[in-house]
Amino acid sequence: MSPPLEHDYLGLSELPSSPAIAVEERVLTLSATELRLGLPGSETTDRKDKVGLTLELLPLPKSFVSGGKRGFSDAIDGAGKWRFAAGKGGSEVDLGKGGGLFSPRGEMAGGGTGKPSGQGNAGKDTAVNAVGQEMKAVAQVGGSVGHDRAMAPAAKAQVVGWPPIRSYRKNTMATNPSKSKDDADGKQGLGCLYVKVSMDGAPYLRKVDLKMYDNYKELSSALEKMFSCFTIGPCGSHGIPNSDGLSESHLMDLLNGSEYVLTYEDKDGDWMLVGDVPWEMFTDTCRRLRIMKGSDAIGLAPRAMEKCKNWN
Amino acid sequence: MVGGFRWAAMFPDEVWEHVFSFLPADADRNAAALVCRAWYRIERRSRWRVFVGNCYAVEPAAAVRRFPEVRAAAIKGKPHFADFNLVPSDWGGGAEAWVEAMAEGWPHLEELRLKRMVVSDDCLELIARCFKNFKVLSLVSCEGFSTAGLAAIAANCRNLRELDLHENEVEDNCLHWMSHFPESFASLVTLNIACLEGEVNVSVLERLIGRCPNLKTLRLNHSVPLERLVGLLHRVPQLVDLGTGKFAAQHHPELFSKLESAIAGCKNLKSLSGFWEAGPTYLPAIYSVCEGLTSLNLSYATLQGPELIKLISRCKNLQRLWVMDLIEDDGLIAVAASCKLLQELRVFPSDPYGAAQPISLTEHGLVAISAGCPMLHSVLYFCRQMTNAALLTVAKNCPNFTCFRLCIMEPHTPDYITRQPLDAGFSAIVESCKHLRRLSLSGLLTDLVFKSIGASANCLEMLSVAFAGDGDAGLHYILSGCKNLRKLEIRDCPFGDKPLLDNAAKLETMRSLWMSSCSVTLGACRQLARKMPLLNVEVINERKRGLPLELQPDNCPVEKLYIYRTVAGPRSDTPSCVWILR
Repeated sequence: MSPPLEHDYLGLSELPSSPAIAVEERVLTLSATELRLGLPGSETTDRKDKVGLTLELLPLPKSFVSGGKRGFSDAIDGAGKWRFAAGKGGSEVDLGKGGGLFSPRGEMAGGGTGKPSGQGNAGKDTAVNAVGQEMKAVAQVGGSVGHDRAMAPAAKAQVVGWPPIRSYRKNTMATNPSKSKDDADGKQGLGCLYVKVSMDGAPYLRKVDLKMYDNYKELSSALEKMFSCFTIGPCGSHGIPNSDGLSESHLMDLLNGSEYVLTYEDKDGDWMLVGDVPWEMFTDTCRRLRIMKGSDAIGLAPRAMEKCKNWN
Repeated sequence: MVGGFRWAAMFPDEVWEHVFSFLPADADRNAAALVCRAWYRIERRSRWRVFVGNCYAVEPAAAVRRFPEVRAAAIKGKPHFADFNLVPSDWGGGAEAWVEAMAEGWPHLEELRLKRMVVSDDCLELIARCFKNFKVLSLVSCEGFSTAGLAAIAANCRNLRELDLHENEVEDNCLHWMSHFPESFASLVTLNIACLEGEVNVSVLERLIGRCPNLKTLRLNHSVPLERLVGLLHRVPQLVDLGTGKFAAQHHPELFSKLESAIAGCKNLKSLSGFWEAGPTYLPAIYSVCEGLTSLNLSYATLQGPELIKLISRCKNLQRLWVMDLIEDDGLIAVAASCKLLQELRVFPSDPYGAAQPISLTEHGLVAISAGCPMLHSVLYFCRQMTNAALLTVAKNCPNFTCFRLCIMEPHTPDYITRQPLDAGFSAIVESCKHLRRLSLSGLLTDLVFKSIGASANCLEMLSVAFAGDGDAGLHYILSGCKNLRKLEIRDCPFGDKPLLDNAAKLETMRSLWMSSCSVTLGACRQLARKMPLLNVEVINERKRGLPLELQPDNCPVEKLYIYRTVAGPRSDTPSCVWILR
């Protein structure tokens, strides 16, 4: 079976006859898993055609392994490189069927955490719900593996405030998922994902729409703007000019300076450090955010690891 | 006055006041106040209910001074499009200025209703402290307050009758706010906490409502589990309006029968809402009260067509139905057959971004309702396809529409059969429905539809337009026609400067105009502002690129424009993204 062209997209160009082993050699950077289709701000909320993939984190940053508190920046940059594991560890990559790497028709277990269909290797195995909008787009358009990489406009740019549904209704539907026909994990595809953000010591909560951001950097800079008035110390001043990149580094400084760490509560009710997982997966599982004092976050890292082990 | 004769002095003031008391409508009282100075004086001293449609149209202190005996005030803040995130979050609409002025000048205020305003906890505390006889607090689509503010209301408003919180953003920082109602407090008639996100102490709630014999409306939030609903209902069998909490639980025959009998025990139930997470399991528990229902809101319940049909076909006296599009055409056909008294229908999209498989809710459902429900006068309908033929049929079947809002979810969608614009269909609506007060357009539309609207829509007060029209002519038709137009909101239409400037005087006869993503330039706005001193011309530019607005050239495009008439001059609380042109 010749390898599908999608593989090119993720940097897995030549796939020899034993795809399993070759695939293991591939190394992906985290940014490669954040794929976007078309216009900035465009997105599709279709989770039906998920692509089954298994990713393995390697290598692990030192501080992570030691269980020490990990700064937010580490989470983004230091999460290391991602690579594909071949599902059943050495068995033939079965394309087109359930257990394979690229099953456009989606072999993701319901619940959105996307448990890998096969057994991963030791360490942190995470399955990515939708690796790249392109994958979904191609799957949608072609409906079959091997479709041309030409991007059909499968993902529409979402227009602000259209259709005219009140924010209250959108929030309510998003945070109170109900069971519809075959939407097991309850996401109604409302195109917004409001989560509460609390900060230790701040007098009130804020809400952010995770769908407004494409990656952790954007989220962190937005949070910094939101909460800068509450920070203690020199970093949180409003007087600092708001040019690109500068605001993001403030949150980094803030967070790295051992004051605060950004954490989130996931669907299972566990508190995790933000940045461990690919962005798509994060938005899928994040229920709310909390900017907590660094000293409170020490226990989190090992739990994150524990959890990932449990996903197998 | 005729020939200097002071005819108003024919009767003592009290007689005129008594006469004026038969003029409940503000418009009539306003007209009476213009007749002569005596009537102005008498009318202002006897007006006790005031409605301020735009909080920036008048200085709070001026309003309070003019009507010193006001007992009930309703005030609206942000423009309607704020509901859809088109207005910057810091735009304004703060309630402090009003609450402070009212605390000063209306100490006997009993009712306050605020919509789309930013209400802080400080405001709530001020209300709680200053108005000794406060009875009604209604907050709709507001934000900025928390349950700590509610605690202050609970603790201090000894005569509170209504606490109506509808679709507000409320921060949850005081879990036990309801415990602040004193034990002696027993005056509640309406308690609507459906929008609160936090946990509710159901035991405290039980005791509270148990001692309020006049409670008629109780709307719970989704945190109240179904099991506890039983106990609550036992305490308030006199309930007329119930909003359930979470309407799902593990199937349990005992719970089912308890729920069924608790609901049946509420013999006066007329209105049901809530139904968070409702599934088919417990729905039959409400069958016994269906016959008496006049209002049913299932718009947050993702129930499927068959379940909905089973339920709604029992509701023979339904006047208002809010439902998700999961009801589909078949469901609406069943509604049309069963609910002959239906007056208002709202169908909301379960999946607005088109991610899931398509729902079979089309123009057929709307046509069926229009044919089967002769009393229908208000419609909000989200769908994906429409035809001119269907709209013509609807227009013929329902000449009594007062409110017609159709949202075809994909912009620029034509008649899917003929591929023509939907001009003919909407024109038929405005030509047939002579009492139409509110209209929202969608689909592919040219300037022709605006010609019809301008010419025929004589009662139209509010018009919402999106992704429509060919050019300036469209806007010109509207502004030069529609003699009762009060609110016009437009987004993403190719309307430019000329119709605005040509119809500047019209803008003073309206409450407000919103235009975003159109083709208006800064120069036109400057001209308009100079020409019309009684308008606030607000230019909203969120992108903050380049020069500040004062230095931008006349041809600089305006992202968002909000124009409203005011006697208060430019407001002083504009954020950095808003410029008021002078």
